[in-house]
Amino acid sequence: MAPPNFRKRALSSLIILILTAVIYLAMHLLIAAGIIGPFIRGIINIACINIIAAVSLNLVTGLLGQLVLGHAGFMLIGAYTAALITKNSAMPLSVSLPLSLLAGGVLSAVIGLVIALPALRLRGDYLAIVTLGFGEIIRVVANNLEFTGGPAGLSGIKSLTTRQNATGMFDLIFPITAFVIFFSFTFGTSRHGRAVRSIRENEIAAESSGINTTYYKLLTFTLAALFAGIAGGLYAHQIGVIAPSRFDFNKSVEILMMVVLGGMGSITGAAISATFLTALPELLRSIGKLLANVLPDVMTGFFNNFDQYRMLIYSVLLICVMLFRPKGLFGRSEISITPLVDVFRHQGGRAPKKRKDGTK
Amino acid sequence: MKPAVLHVEDLTIHFGGIHALEGVSFFVKPGQIVGLIGPNGAGKTTVFNLLTGVYSPDRGDIFLENKSLRRKKTFQRCQMGVARTFQNIRLFRDLTVADNIKAAMSHQLRYPLISGIYRGKAYRRGERTAAEHADKIMEIMGLSDSADLLARQLPYGQQRKLEIARALAARPKIVLLDEPAAGMNPAETAELMDMIRMIRDTLGVSVLLIEHDMNVVMDLCEFIFVLDYGRIIARGTSEKIQNDPKVIEAYLGGELNGEYA
Repeated sequence: MAPPNFRKRALSSLIILILTAVIYLAMHLLIAAGIIGPFIRGIINIACINIIAAVSLNLVTGLLGQLVLGHAGFMLIGAYTAALITKNSAMPLSVSLPLSLLAGGVLSAVIGLVIALPALRLRGDYLAIVTLGFGEIIRVVANNLEFTGGPAGLSGIKSLTTRQNATGMFDLIFPITAFVIFFSFTFGTSRHGRAVRSIRENEIAAESSGINTTYYKLLTFTLAALFAGIAGGLYAHQIGVIAPSRFDFNKSVEILMMVVLGGMGSITGAAISATFLTALPELLRSIGKLLANVLPDVMTGFFNNFDQYRMLIYSVLLICVMLFRPKGLFGRSEISITPLVDVFRHQGGRAPKKRKDGTK
Repeated sequence: MKPAVLHVEDLTIHFGGIHALEGVSFFVKPGQIVGLIGPNGAGKTTVFNLLTGVYSPDRGDIFLENKSLRRKKTFQRCQMGVARTFQNIRLFRDLTVADNIKAAMSHQLRYPLISGIYRGKAYRRGERTAAEHADKIMEIMGLSDSADLLARQLPYGQQRKLEIARALAARPKIVLLDEPAAGMNPAETAELMDMIRMIRDTLGVSVLLIEHDMNVVMDLCEFIFVLDYGRIIARGTSEKIQNDPKVIEAYLGGELNGEYA
């Protein structure tokens, strides 16, 4: 008998919860102490938003195994919806922003569902092309409508971060990020997640095993659109200015790259690579500055603008990963602290027993 | 008398000009192991595909314990009690053996999405039941030692067994086995036959199987239907089938009728 060890899982969940709280408080302290300035703070917020986007895309790409190239389209819907609501709302931002995020997410989910109904009859390359087309349509529509501000987009979107409250946006973004990661994690291990993974592995066999494949495909697609919409709403309020060009095909590919680089199907992988790829341009800039000072004058120009070679580095990175680690950095595995819990519970050097007969 | 577990009536389907099945009727009684045999291309797998709703018939109907399956989709038929395996193995290759089995229990666990997210009581109860049921099935199928392996890491014979295990996980009333012994060596085949009998005896599941290995069919099946060119040409016990001139003709050609001169 091997019932899943819920106590062990609960213990590791508790540890993760405490760790999350510690990170949150540490960030607060660092910001209050002035060690993390507005610049780094912004990058951290954007990184969190990208994590939400990547982890939600991972639901479809990693768990369901379908290639989607229009994720930025869902972010755009969420971003515009949320921004339009907060701009036109009389309520204080701390109330209207969460509500508008929800509205943006729900609208994005509804549109995701409408797209998915016909699109999920296709799979593989065909689905990828349909979603690519969808992303472009959304962008072009936003580009041409009056109330979305046309190509100039919307500006003057208020932010929760103010002079008095330096952690305003972070206080909202961080818990949402933590929740989305948590959600994906437990979703993946529930019966619903198992059904979705079985569809990825073999759709015909899944259908024959009593799994309503259409329902689960729609469910996953809609959930991914929901979170992408929320990420878009947060993005709009973090940046303050949105334009259709910010949600183009490149943005979709960028999010997809985060998933592919981290390993399709790995949530921690997606989160880590999202953080890394968000910080990369800034890293490149600092490295460039450093090199420009050291190297002879001829090369100064090149290295001063080193961050502009971001896309070049992306592609090289992606090619390297595809060549040497086609499954992504983490494959489908997760970073887990459960083994650590084992070690602590079995102090005295006894190796934790593999789940077979006992479950302690 | 109890109604037949599975009752097929006048099943007919054609693909283009080919009449794949023509007026096929047969039944499986509760707890019976029934064989469906016939030469290549006779339409055996088509029967399975019709039973599981992959195709819908031009004419005829299928009854599971007197309930018509006509309007049911594939996944609904499995939930109602018709589970199958595939001629070419279709496992969830990158899931563990245990997860392969639990995936087929999805509809029985029934806990809502929300409970799965916060891992509430319903989730814990459901997953505990799933684990216990999966353990029982793995024990029957001799897969207990490989519970945490990925399906693709299993040797071929074990993969075949895992397919049967997954079919059983859905708590079916009848399992359809499409050439379960294909590619197995004699020792594995003998083991498989014992297993199929044990499944029937311990779980009370009826079995309908397609098989080319005549030793398996004659030894295992209590009743046999012979299909040729989309029609049932013979039915009966193994002795009866073995001596049926029409069956011999279908398998060996017309020589035995004396036309071989």
